[in-house]
Amino acid sequence: MYIIIVGGGRLGYYLTKSLLDEKHEVLIIEKDAATAQSITSDMGSVCIHGDGCETAVLAEAGTNRADIFIAVTGDDEDNLVACQVAKYKFNVPRTIARVRNPKNEILFKKLGIDVTVSSTAIILEHIKYEVPTNPLMHLLSIDEKGLEIVEITIQPDSTTVGMALKDIILPPDSILSLLIHQDSKPSIPTGGTILQANDQIIAVTHPDTEGALRNALNGK
Amino acid sequence: MKVIIMGCGRVGAQLAVMLDKENHKVTTLDINVDSFRRLPPEFKGKALLGNGLDEDVLKKAGIEEADAFVAVTQGDNRNIMAAQIAKYIFNVPKVICRIYDPLRRDLYSMLGLEALSPTTIFAQMFKEKLES
Repeated sequence: MYIIIVGGGRLGYYLTKSLLDEKHEVLIIEKDAATAQSITSDMGSVCIHGDGCETAVLAEAGTNRADIFIAVTGDDEDNLVACQVAKYKFNVPRTIARVRNPKNEILFKKLGIDVTVSSTAIILEHIKYEVPTNPLMHLLSIDEKGLEIVEITIQPDSTTVGMALKDIILPPDSILSLLIHQDSKPSIPTGGTILQANDQIIAVTHPDTEGALRNALNGK
Repeated sequence: MKVIIMGCGRVGAQLAVMLDKENHKVTTLDINVDSFRRLPPEFKGKALLGNGLDEDVLKKAGIEEADAFVAVTQGDNRNIMAAQIAKYIFNVPKVICRIYDPLRRDLYSMLGLEALSPTTIFAQMFKEKLES
């Protein structure tokens, strides 16, 4: 696949390395001449110096034949415009934008960007998970369907420990799909499954009902 | 008319003063407090410090009741993003932005954004002056 990356900072640099390892054709567009030069001397001719929002630069980069266009500069507005130009001027089928301000994720999607990745939200999520008071972690969101896959840990002090799943009322549209015991043995949860402390449950749910699901499984 | 002007540089400040004199309700927005020095003491409108790409700041500026939004910061992309927020998120009836890059302006006007490119306008005006 031909992948264009705008922004040769740390993120763009390591992204390029890993995509090249997977044998993709990759091109970085970097605004800063010195950074562009150092990428070229390090990885060969995978980088052009220029503004990734400019039509002329994108034309030179062959954006019209790109399969994926990824904008990972440090500025949300630059990532938005680069992706919009790629999408609407060069008809790139898939555009991915890095978002610094998590509030912009919804906005970018409304404005036509296919995928947004919010570094802030991801880091927050991971740190939150390390705080033991929050037993729910988002694993994946299925945006087109409005569903998400979450992991819920049964807290040792929760009232559901020792209860059978059939006695726990779950919110609608929530499905428990996998249960991992403390001994790392995975199983498919059924009505007769008895919850134990520190069980991890992988569930499909709605963003609106994830709180209710967490509370149901932890007996609150 | 309630107008929000994002970017209180030379153009933004001058536009704010012109509209203020005609008794429109003007709010200027800038991320740099220094920029407000361009507003004269008799300016009756509001000057708000904040980032116009932030929905909360825009709400504070009264974008939900605004009749018009103008984006004239130094950054083309900032203007483009702010204008799209005003138009598509807050449904402001009249949204205009400045885009220096003529090609980018053409693309976004094609996409439905009202945008002016000073580059094109001035080049055209200079040409006309030279020919007259």
